Amino acid sequence: MVELLAQTGLNAIYAASYMSLVAVGLVLIFGVMGVINFAHGELYMLGAYAVVGLYADFQMPFIFAIAVGLVFVGVVGLGMERALFRPLRDNPLGGLVASIGFLMVLQALAVMGFGVRMEHVPPVTQEVIVFSEKVRLAVPRLFVIIAAVVLLTALWVFLKKTRFGWALRASAQDPEAAALQGISINQTSRIAMFIGAGLAGIAGALTAPLVSVNPYMGHSVIITAFIVIIVGGIGSLEGAVIAAVAYAFIHTIVTTFWDGVIANIVGLSLMLAVLIVKPTGLFGTADRA
Amino acid sequence: MLHILGWPALAAAMIALPHGLSFSQQEILVFLTINVLLVTSYRLLTLTGEWSLGHVVMMGVGAYASALYTKELGIFVPLSMLLGAVTAALIALILSFPLLRMKGFYFLIGSFAAGEIIRLLWKRFRNPFGGPKGIKKIDPMPDFDAGFYSFDFFEPVSYYYFALVVVGVSLWIMWRIERSPVGLTFHAVHWQDKLAEAAGVNVRAYRTRAFVIASGFAGLSGTLLAHYIGTINPNSFDVEMMVFVLTWAIVGGTATFYGPIIGCIVLTILNEIVLREMGFEQMRPLIYGLLLICSVLFLPKGLESVVQGLLARRKDSPASGEEKA
Repeated sequence: MVELLAQTGLNAIYAASYMSLVAVGLVLIFGVMGVINFAHGELYMLGAYAVVGLYADFQMPFIFAIAVGLVFVGVVGLGMERALFRPLRDNPLGGLVASIGFLMVLQALAVMGFGVRMEHVPPVTQEVIVFSEKVRLAVPRLFVIIAAVVLLTALWVFLKKTRFGWALRASAQDPEAAALQGISINQTSRIAMFIGAGLAGIAGALTAPLVSVNPYMGHSVIITAFIVIIVGGIGSLEGAVIAAVAYAFIHTIVTTFWDGVIANIVGLSLMLAVLIVKPTGLFGTADRA
Repeated sequence: MLHILGWPALAAAMIALPHGLSFSQQEILVFLTINVLLVTSYRLLTLTGEWSLGHVVMMGVGAYASALYTKELGIFVPLSMLLGAVTAALIALILSFPLLRMKGFYFLIGSFAAGEIIRLLWKRFRNPFGGPKGIKKIDPMPDFDAGFYSFDFFEPVSYYYFALVVVGVSLWIMWRIERSPVGLTFHAVHWQDKLAEAAGVNVRAYRTRAFVIASGFAGLSGTLLAHYIGTINPNSFDVEMMVFVLTWAIVGGTATFYGPIIGCIVLTILNEIVLREMGFEQMRPLIYGLLLICSVLFLPKGLESVVQGLLARRKDSPASGEEKA
């Protein structure tokens, strides 16, 4: 029993790592631009396909594929900012609807480029850290955990210690006041979109060998991300991380003892409950929607 | 003059329409008729300013309910269709307690979550919902001989006439609702909710009414679908279908009654005639996604604004002519 719990805990920590990468990006985009990016799950999918294309098909080094995934998806994010969210800045619902349209486009492009089949990505390493007979952690999962901790710490330092980070937080709090201080809203939007999309891309790239990569994989990712950001409070980065950890534990435990569908129902019910009782989420303060 | 002649002419055209089409086009016509009801009911909901992402699931609730009533309880099909619509309305009433505490964006996400929960329940519980494979061999409409025309509801033409009557009556009811004081209050709730509340309007009750009525008609469209194709599964009512409905409504525009209907008809024709005939069926999500983006960016008021522009010009020109005279 103790071993089962320990193994479930390890699985949950892994799940929390990539969930928080995706959710933090979504929150960052919402915080600065006030628009919910429905295509965020598809950005994750793009990151996974970068690894499929470069690492699995063209035998390039895994690290290189991940770096390309990060930059490529970040650039796609920049394109979305320029083409969709900037013209629709005064129309949050329009931005959301446009991102739903973009989701369909990305899915269709993935289907055309790679087909609907599941892609097999060979694992980077077969090594497994054995804690005891029943408690094991595959090294690729460890990579995801380490990457999440490093990236989220770097983001935290960037937001709290650098001038760009200050500008970003200022325009999240009050865009007009920030603009009056000489902060370019377009520039902070670009930075937020690049980082947010890039985090989703790298999460997809890192987990590509561990999940089944297919054009529709973004669907469950975006639902998970919504649950996490609603429970954590839309616009709160710390809340998103805490909620990702909490949700990962609940989801993993319910999956272990019942099944995955029940776990999804529990997660969605949890989100509905938070929406009913405290729509600003457990850690949210600002109500921009 | 137009009013006296227009409606019978439209009715005659609708009755004659399927006879000029091929079999597969007749089938598409049936789906189009059903989708018109779905998208019009969606507009009724948007009158109060709420955009739901769970509307297609409410259609599914009607479909599942009616299918189960006929299969498990042996209820006569037309009656079970009505009961299916009522069931969808009741489920909407229950859902309205949590969902309508939210507004705007939160309602959007909340309705999405509620819809996904219902869909996962269908998927998870094989009994009675049939799991991921759904329900098969749903009883069709019983054949019916009206003397001048014998209805065989496996024939798309017969089912089209049946759906046409059901959808026509439903559209008329929704039109009357919108024109009634209730409908005017829906508009007030959307555009001036604080003022409406100050004037003594129970805003929450009106939002509930719109949600329940819209879901009931969505459920009715679901029952029409279920008893025609005979098999339904959770994926028939997934997010992709919801995006299609959203696209019809947004491309058409939701300010007028006919806007979403125009959107639905135009996009269906585009999809079926242009894409399928040309062999681009696989690109449907891509085209719909691009259309959604383009209409939000470049035609935010939808196709109806184009129609209104044309109508306004036609009205203007004789008036200006009189001034000159």
